[in-house]
Amino acid sequence: MGRYVARRLLQMIPVFIGTTLIIFLMVHILPGDPIRAMWGDKAADPAQVASLRHEFGLDQPLWKQYVDYMANLFQGDFGKTFGGRQVIDEMSESFPVTLRLTAVAMLIEIIVGIGLGAWAGLRAGKAADTGVLIFTLIVISIPVFVLGFLARFVLADTLGWVAPNVQDSTDYAQLFLPGFVLAMLSMAYVARLTRTTFAENLRADYMRTAMAKGLPRRRIVGVHLLRNSLIPVVTFLGTDVGGFIGGAVVTEGIFNVQGVGNLLFKALQQREGSTIVGVVTVFVLVILVINLIVDLLYAVLDPRIRYA
Amino acid sequence: MRGAKSAKWVAGAAIIALAATACGGGDKDGDSGMNSGKADPNGILTAQLGEPQNPLQPANAKESQGSRVLRTIFSGLVDYEPGTGKLTYVNAESVTPNEDSSVWTVKLKPGWKFHDGTPVTAKSYVDSWNWSANVKNNQTNSSWFQDIKGYEDVHPEKGDPKSDKMSGLKIVDENSFTITLTGPVSYFAYKLGYDVWAPLPEVFFKDPAAAGQKPIGNGPYKFVSWDHKKLIKVRKFDDYQGPNKAKNGGIDFKNYTTAEAAYSDLRSNNLDWIEQVPTTSLTSYKQDLGDRAIDAEYSAVQSIVPAFYTKQFKDIDPKVIQGLSMAIDRDTITKTVLHGTRTPADSYVARGVLGYKPGALGDITKFDPAKAKKLIEEGGGVPGNKISIQFNADQSHKPWVDAVCNSIRKATGVECTGDSKPDFQADLNARDNKQVKSMYRGGWVLDYPVNSNFMRDLYGTTAAGNTSGYSNKEFDELAAKADKAKTLDETVKMYQEAEQLLKNDMPAIPLWFYKNNSGQSENVFGKIVYGQDGDPIFTDVQVKAKK
Repeated sequence: MGRYVARRLLQMIPVFIGTTLIIFLMVHILPGDPIRAMWGDKAADPAQVASLRHEFGLDQPLWKQYVDYMANLFQGDFGKTFGGRQVIDEMSESFPVTLRLTAVAMLIEIIVGIGLGAWAGLRAGKAADTGVLIFTLIVISIPVFVLGFLARFVLADTLGWVAPNVQDSTDYAQLFLPGFVLAMLSMAYVARLTRTTFAENLRADYMRTAMAKGLPRRRIVGVHLLRNSLIPVVTFLGTDVGGFIGGAVVTEGIFNVQGVGNLLFKALQQREGSTIVGVVTVFVLVILVINLIVDLLYAVLDPRIRYA
Repeated sequence: MRGAKSAKWVAGAAIIALAATACGGGDKDGDSGMNSGKADPNGILTAQLGEPQNPLQPANAKESQGSRVLRTIFSGLVDYEPGTGKLTYVNAESVTPNEDSSVWTVKLKPGWKFHDGTPVTAKSYVDSWNWSANVKNNQTNSSWFQDIKGYEDVHPEKGDPKSDKMSGLKIVDENSFTITLTGPVSYFAYKLGYDVWAPLPEVFFKDPAAAGQKPIGNGPYKFVSWDHKKLIKVRKFDDYQGPNKAKNGGIDFKNYTTAEAAYSDLRSNNLDWIEQVPTTSLTSYKQDLGDRAIDAEYSAVQSIVPAFYTKQFKDIDPKVIQGLSMAIDRDTITKTVLHGTRTPADSYVARGVLGYKPGALGDITKFDPAKAKKLIEEGGGVPGNKISIQFNADQSHKPWVDAVCNSIRKATGVECTGDSKPDFQADLNARDNKQVKSMYRGGWVLDYPVNSNFMRDLYGTTAAGNTSGYSNKEFDELAAKADKAKTLDETVKMYQEAEQLLKNDMPAIPLWFYKNNSGQSENVFGKIVYGQDGDPIFTDVQVKAKK
């Protein structure tokens, strides 16, 4: 197990370097000069442009910019924004917000998704099952931004139950609506996935054995069935964390959440290389770590799985 | 089962409801009673603001977000009267030129203080300008000081500055100083209304970076806090001496991720002012907001500009461009495609600017397909019988570009297409590198309300704003003469003559003037008044007293 973790951690290094390099190149390959664009339609002053380019190291050859960037990164320096702030400050303000939003979404996804899936799976082929399948199909086919606008229109603008926007991104209660919208799509997938594995495992031999032993139903479903059915679901949930952070770009925009999706979107508009690469770097790290955790969780769910 | 089914119906019903209201528009806010109740002199206004791109240093705000805040914290020497563009004095008692307008004497109103209690003196201005002009300090607006003698010493084209002081600035006594220019500029006082000319307190120069995060100014509001990407707070400065004392207690500038989010907060009174109604609500916002809808013109013009360095327009007969201009149905396009958010342009100079002459371009901006066709034929036709209009796709330019093209195609038979660039950076890149294939979208918001700003700074051969390669000796000479004129009136008149020269030459086709389509919440007392630059006059906004 220890060796497995060490090997996985070592594998992260080339992945990490590769992804940052690709993002770095992509940002710089785009046409147009972000420094020049600060002047907009009005004419830029060449001497000042040159001076600013020098300050942000944009006058260096690309390979040197990358090497410098990585060297600084390993010392914990993510560089500066064009506004002169540290990228790390910007990230430490926005990442907790997105993490909170992701946590809310994750919770909803797990509770509602697995609950709904289990409920339908135990009634496979019956009306309840069909109902859940139709409902999830509808949810899956509606894009997130439509769902977001719809939720805001109905709940805030028409009924007036909630404020249309998040006023304080640190308040969990306010994050519930955007979290719910963010979770909807994955929740539908989790429900369907759970339902299928439940329905399948119901017919498995160990279930028949458990029933024959005369175990109480609560224990059969809660331990035997649930635990064995969770492996594919956990895999999905793991990869979904990455999806949430990406999906937050849309949801955060709709509900005015000042999170990392918003930070990334604004940085892309301004072509602020240091911020873009910094945020994506953290994304990559988060996803790598989550994948590792998911893989390690398998053994907890099914002790037969061994790591080599 | 039941839950699932009813959820489906709720979703369906919501979609229908959404569609119905999108057509009908709500009228619940129709009568808003803007003027009922009382104003609270200490009420706090909440206004929309994007995160300023640069630190809050007066010469570093090229974009409107930063400058919106800076203008509340700093007061300059002069300002303009909204609507007429007339000069008014703020921190200056007088700004007077010598005989040929090459040396200007500034006298300050005594007794002014910065928010930290230190006095505002001639030195505060001179030090500020010297620092801001210095190329090493990386202020995006440093080129604004180029009229001043000695500018190239602090801001050379290459290498390090020779000096940190401009020789043209001299302190006479505590409250007066002189500015020597490299040549005569009759309207120099008008330029002084821009943010870059603000004074800076001593403490600024000790740590300019820190001062950019926590600015200390001399304006009607003092800075309180800046919670990055969320909120900027400014509060009324009680010792303010200027004529534009704040009529409210302060402003909370709130950041929004999208225009839609801001608009829905405005409608639920969580926000008192938005900068622009989102495109999706333009057709319904007047019904939604009633009296509280804002629809005000400001001094900015949009045009399409032929790239004169291309084969197509190199030796073109101006009649062809005049013909193209007459082929554009401005009235219909502004009303339909642009939902009345613009008004058709009839001159190169925007309304509200000194020297704007209604109908200066005569028939050239009137829609007349027959004449358009005739003019193009007389001028020898458009080479290749095909033009394209370059624009950036990251803003909503495509609808009007398509409409303009359609209009030209229908009226004259000249093939016209949009040439879309993915974003603004790429669009600028093509313009700067002279890679525009045919024509490009141009826009200009006033820097100072004198007609020269809309002509010399755009169409002069060496003007920095001239990216089309247009050059006319006669125009350059007239502009130079106009700048040296003895009085401002003469300057303005000569530029009006110059406008007629441009009319014969057509360096660009003006399309329309911009308007502000915005709104205010129910917390605002009376209607918000706008300045010529398209921003509200925040000091005049009154907040309703809570009942």
